[in-house]
Amino acid sequence: MLGTFCVLSAGVQRAWSSSSCLFMDPSSPGLVLQSQSTDVFQNLALEDWIDAHVDLQQRSVLLLWRNRPTVVIGRHQNPWAECNLPAMRSAQVPVARRRSGGGTVYHDLGNLNLTFFASKKAYDRRRNLKVVTDALRRVRPQLDIQATDRLDILLNGHYKISGTASRLSRKSSYHHCTLLHSADRSAIAVLLRPSCPGIRSNATPSIPSPVANLSDHAPSLQWEELLEAVVQQYSSEFGLTSSSQCVDPADEALFPGVGSMEAELRSWEWTFGKTPKFSVETQLELRDERPAARCSAQLQLEVKNGRVESCRVEVPATWLPERLSASLAQALLGERFCPHRAAAALSALLRCESGPLHSRLHNLCDVLVAAMG
Amino acid sequence: MAAVTRRSFSALRVLLTQQYRRRSFGPQNLRLSRTESAPSRWAASLQTSCNRTLQTTVERRRPVVQFKLSDIGEGIMEVTVKEWYVKEGDRVSQFDSICEVQSDKASVTITSRYDGVIRRLYYEADATALVGKPLVDIETESASELSQEDVVETPAMAREEHTHQEIKGHKTQATPAVRRLAMENNIKLSEVVGTGKDGRILKEDILNFLAKQTGAILPPAPLFQEVQTPGPAAAPPLSAPAAVRPPPAAPRPVFTGKDVTEPLKGFHKAMVKTMTAALKIPHFGYCDEVDLSRLVLLRSELKPVAERRGIKLSYLPFFIKAASLSLLHFPILNSTLDEGCQNITFKASHNIGVAMDTSQGLLVPSVKSVQLLSVFQVAQELTRLQALGAAGQLGTAELSGGTFTLSNIGSVSPPGFPTPTRSDPVRPLCVSISDRRDVCQAGHSSSRGRHRSAGENPGWFQNRLKCWSRPGSTLQAGSQGGHERPQLEAVKLFQLRATNPPEDENLI
Repeated sequence: MLGTFCVLSAGVQRAWSSSSCLFMDPSSPGLVLQSQSTDVFQNLALEDWIDAHVDLQQRSVLLLWRNRPTVVIGRHQNPWAECNLPAMRSAQVPVARRRSGGGTVYHDLGNLNLTFFASKKAYDRRRNLKVVTDALRRVRPQLDIQATDRLDILLNGHYKISGTASRLSRKSSYHHCTLLHSADRSAIAVLLRPSCPGIRSNATPSIPSPVANLSDHAPSLQWEELLEAVVQQYSSEFGLTSSSQCVDPADEALFPGVGSMEAELRSWEWTFGKTPKFSVETQLELRDERPAARCSAQLQLEVKNGRVESCRVEVPATWLPERLSASLAQALLGERFCPHRAAAALSALLRCESGPLHSRLHNLCDVLVAAMG
Repeated sequence: MAAVTRRSFSALRVLLTQQYRRRSFGPQNLRLSRTESAPSRWAASLQTSCNRTLQTTVERRRPVVQFKLSDIGEGIMEVTVKEWYVKEGDRVSQFDSICEVQSDKASVTITSRYDGVIRRLYYEADATALVGKPLVDIETESASELSQEDVVETPAMAREEHTHQEIKGHKTQATPAVRRLAMENNIKLSEVVGTGKDGRILKEDILNFLAKQTGAILPPAPLFQEVQTPGPAAAPPLSAPAAVRPPPAAPRPVFTGKDVTEPLKGFHKAMVKTMTAALKIPHFGYCDEVDLSRLVLLRSELKPVAERRGIKLSYLPFFIKAASLSLLHFPILNSTLDEGCQNITFKASHNIGVAMDTSQGLLVPSVKSVQLLSVFQVAQELTRLQALGAAGQLGTAELSGGTFTLSNIGSVSPPGFPTPTRSDPVRPLCVSISDRRDVCQAGHSSSRGRHRSAGENPGWFQNRLKCWSRPGSTLQAGSQGGHERPQLEAVKLFQLRATNPPEDENLI
């Protein structure tokens, strides 16, 4: 499937050995690239690379890419509030933070990503979206396709098939959008919900919308046909003469330095550490087996830069002595807001305690860890 | 005296601009030229006022510029400030990032237009900023920013201030990151030669300076500098050899010779408590060597079988199973004492923990109910725990409930024979595979045991396995002597067990 993604592009395929050949062709004011990779971090790194290193004053670039199942959050969002991290872990769906703003999206191989690179002066998102809507209208005139004020593209006035986000730097800009061709909508419902209850934050929230796939309403529209249509429309809108090229985002020779950009995007510090400060306030339900008893406790956490900055566990003194719940709260300070890190820190504490309180303490640890997603 | 005064006055006047002369002296000028009585008094007051205006001149040379939020395009009038990269007092260079703002799904990085010092931030994080209104105040300092001042001659009188101005005029330029690096290493930026634009000091300059000072090895200079983006026609293309660079070498440590203090947090802080508690328990040490040659052969036979089932078979599953078998005969080694040392609980399940070095630190997940598992099943469980440990995903279920622990300290020989001491917090059973040419050494085990092992039952462990056991948290002080026997028995039991043929289905 990946091979066909590249081979069926318009025009002749040329082998590029260095980025100078790729970006230096003075004859054309535009360039269309297709990424060979389905790894979200490699593709995001390629976006960064193009934004940083290609002179966009004289030309614009369109990058077409798609990813294996991933959840992508916006620059200033909170991953714990936006997506269900435990479910994603078991489904092996990674989370990535992009550099542009906006909300959370679910990517998979049925979703086409388009990135329009231009200089800051030539930054025009409506013009870019017009390329997409005109292309769709050309190949399937019977579809009702409209771009909204919020820069979404709606199908039949109701279903969202595309969302937009963009990033502006000193001299350059890029605007990227999704296009749902044949994505797995059930996964969206399962994965795009909070990881843990009680999160309060000022991070950019996502606005959920009903979505639809193009293939549901136009079953005959093939992936390759969609790509062709978009490339042709882009060429006519931006006055392109050269053909589209396949590139490998991991090719360090072609894109020197892209590897370190990819590494930064993969790092915990970027994905989780860049979360704006937030707090968690929730009730914990504790129980004991022998004798059977129940109790409620309050948990209050402040998380800054992805790490626990302050923690308060209020357990009734009749259930557990205050020193124990206080030492539990102490053990979490400075650790990443992560159930595994919490488990490690709390297990170390549990080993010191024994006796009748041990099972209650163990239960409190389990419930605490579960509250962290 | 009058002549001296007149000369000094004219020298001072040269220093000052028209502006200040007019402002400060005005009528005094005329008065001075007319009246030459009491020249010393005038000279003194003139000097003070000159000094004062000189100081004013110095301050006025550093204007504070209001850096306004520029137009983002698309008619957007307000944005939300999301993250500040600088704070008041930070030094910035032109093009350094100042903050990140967001508007309508666009994330924008605002970069500085000037070199200087941040004097005021107009917004907090999450506040709404208006386009065209001030965002930050920057006190600029680069000479080109200032208006033209005439500093032609340097008279003897004011040489100090003038030199002071000169140094200030050529204040060193460096990004906040470079300044931090210099500060951490106690380096004065004025001593470093800058090789960047306008004499700006780069990170490499600091590292070179450090290397000269300490003779330390430096990390290699970054291979990827600012790439010259190719212009449409005139600029030279990115040369092919430059584009194909070798991957950067791993950074080598730089010795800075400075103490660093950090607060102890989270897991490490909890471990302090655990290890201190462990020290309250009396320790008992015992060391023995076991010959493992037949085990080696057995493992090499079984390894491909295991690999076909996707399991990497090491020696550890064998040791874990052997420990469990001996615990069946000596359940006291699988017990706990309560707080007041009143009661001893014999644990039914053999949950054998294995010390693991992970990114989070030393963790001890346990294999549960080893008494019910075969060697192969133990190997499977170990593989699962190791994968979780490597991914940093061990949970409370895996990390708690251990009753007996094994530590593989690798192929390092334990230093001599361990003397049981209270201050050495070693895990209950250490195992190390040592050099195959060593002659079997005796520990506390009597030679009787050794002969028996050599003669009767070469057993499972036939390569020079140094067994070194400490009962750790399960036994009481004062009964050390009494428990020595069971351990000896336990070791010999490993050897005895080995007579079971490898085809025993319980074990595969």
